[in-house]
Amino acid sequence: MDKFTTLTGIAAPLPLINVDTDMIIPKQFLKTIKRSGLGVNLFDEMRYDSDGNEVEDFVLNKPAHRDAKILVSGDNFGCGSSREHAPWAIKDFGISCVIAPSFADIFFNNCFKNGILPIALPQEDVDKLMDDAERGSNAIITVDLESQTITGPDGGEIHFEVDAFKKHCLLNGLDDIGLTLEKVASIDVFEEKAAQARPWV
Amino acid sequence: MTGKTLYDKIWDAHVAHEAEDGTCLLYIDRHLVHEVTSPQAFEGLRMAGRKVRAPEKTIAVPDHNVPTTLDREEGIKNEESRIQVEALDTNAKEFGINYYPVDDIRQGIVHIVGPEQGWTLPGMTVVCGDSHTATHGAFGALAHGIGTSEVEHVLATQTLIQKKSKNMKVEITGKLSPGVTAKDITLAVIGKTGTAGGTGYVIEYCGEAIRDLSMEGRMTVCNMAIEGGARAGLIAPDETTFEYVKGRPHAPKGAQWEAALNWWKTLYTDEDAVFDKVVTLKGEDIAPVVTWGTSPEDVLPITGVVPSPEDFTGGKVDAARRSLEYMGLKPGTPLSEVAIDAVFIGSCTNGRIEDLRAAAEIVKGKKIAEGVRGMVVPGSGLVRAQAEEEGLAEIFEAAGFEWRLAGCSMCLAMNPDQLAPGERCASTSNRNFEGRQGFKGRTHLMSPAMAAAAAINGKLTDVREVM
Ligand code: SF4
Repeated sequence: MDKFTTLTGIAAPLPLINVDTDMIIPKQFLKTIKRSGLGVNLFDEMRYDSDGNEVEDFVLNKPAHRDAKILVSGDNFGCGSSREHAPWAIKDFGISCVIAPSFADIFFNNCFKNGILPIALPQEDVDKLMDDAERGSNAIITVDLESQTITGPDGGEIHFEVDAFKKHCLLNGLDDIGLTLEKVASIDVFEEKAAQARPWV
Repeated sequence: MTGKTLYDKIWDAHVAHEAEDGTCLLYIDRHLVHEVTSPQAFEGLRMAGRKVRAPEKTIAVPDHNVPTTLDREEGIKNEESRIQVEALDTNAKEFGINYYPVDDIRQGIVHIVGPEQGWTLPGMTVVCGDSHTATHGAFGALAHGIGTSEVEHVLATQTLIQKKSKNMKVEITGKLSPGVTAKDITLAVIGKTGTAGGTGYVIEYCGEAIRDLSMEGRMTVCNMAIEGGARAGLIAPDETTFEYVKGRPHAPKGAQWEAALNWWKTLYTDEDAVFDKVVTLKGEDIAPVVTWGTSPEDVLPITGVVPSPEDFTGGKVDAARRSLEYMGLKPGTPLSEVAIDAVFIGSCTNGRIEDLRAAAEIVKGKKIAEGVRGMVVPGSGLVRAQAEEEGLAEIFEAAGFEWRLAGCSMCLAMNPDQLAPGERCASTSNRNFEGRQGFKGRTHLMSPAMAAAAAINGKLTDVREVM
């Protein structure tokens, strides 16, 4: 997995609540058997018209935000389907950090498996970053995972929380399966005990 | 020490390892797999030279992409869909997991097949790369959706890295009124709590109205726990549960059945257990509901009117404005005057036999309104066979519905079953998101009986008027 340490770049504002994974990557793009190549279809139905042309005023089509590395959005980001194609598409587009007041559970977990840092912040901090994001390339933002801080264009710092284990895995680009297999002895023991206690399973 | 909730009990029985910070390896009893969220996971195993740790606990079935038209035995015409289903065929064989291919009568939507075949049992942990895994919570199983990386993790280790969620209780007291169903309960709860109201929680549904539900109804309720943001929904197992499970192909038999039953009977929330959050609704207060917007929380009784963005506060004002524009609805319009173009009866929310019976009851002897396209898609091949045996298929066909083969179909429109832009659908599925049932398609969620009533009248309809 890709490491995430620090990230400096343009943020794109998407001031909508309940951005669902169907919006992030519509189902017609779930037919792939690969993880890559989904970036061009990120937010497809908002980003392109029915003829496949770019919708000019959609944020990721604007010159100031085309190269965004950070996305700032509203409450309950990533709700809906469990499709990991959503973080794959976000990552493939070039965004590795999403900031919102709250996230849906499955999407939040999926981000960490793909080198994306989702940051939940109080509404007023998100509002502030949303303003910065509106200014596009005039407002570069830096996210530092080690120190858990976001530095805005005016030098102001915002602290954020992150689960210690997830932070460790992101910083070091650790593969979950590899980590779990180090504990395979515990799984073996559990399986034996469970087979005794609940043999019908 | 305070007592334990049902969630606490199942959780405690499945922790294989706990780190100091509370991160656990949760052992997984059943892993369900479908064709859309699994190819990358199997590919990952292959690349790392790993095996499926417990193939006997892993069950695969194609559902999202499969055509539901009668000509499907001729093969899937869409090349990408075909490749995905073929990849599942290959992976199931190569890794030796339980498999129900497209031409097996037991094939169907993964969340309908699991319980039907007795794979889902009380007290289990069940996961699937699909958010509606919450459905299996109806059996008192801890069941939730996972992403593809986690699918690979479970395939390789039979565990999931998890931290415990908080406990939430949703109690529905008293009795439901005539015409009100499990679907109305689950939508009404989301209408009350919002789509993020359950985030961070596992919900236990309880109360008299829940107890009175059949297993089918309980599955409908738990299915949409995820729409309320919860990690999982649970209902404590009882005689209704045991009755449903008994005799299913993969349910325990003989002495094992007795042993299982003894444990299952301990699976309830202790009297003195504490919930972090409690929501209570009176069964009598729940009306037949429909959604008006593009979020499952946009719920109103069918007797209501289309709201105005000004009725809301915060981010919901803009969201409502956007929803109304997308849905092509004017504030103040009575919901019962909204004309529809299509009706979809099916999905893992409402594609079980009881749902088809409820819809057929309304449709019997009547015809679909002129210009409305109706589709009934049974949740599994076995549901379809049973409905045919009971004469339900004939009722639907006589009324002008298409009678389809099992699959997800227009619930997410990955196969050819889609709405055209601007088409409005009365749907028994679970998501009314923008584009969910087809590009620019408009979805109103409701119960099977309400969808059937809408089909007959050609507009959203209060089912109580046609009962
Ligand atoms: S029926 Fe719909 S919600 Fe259920 S598994 Fe299929 S696509 Fe998902």
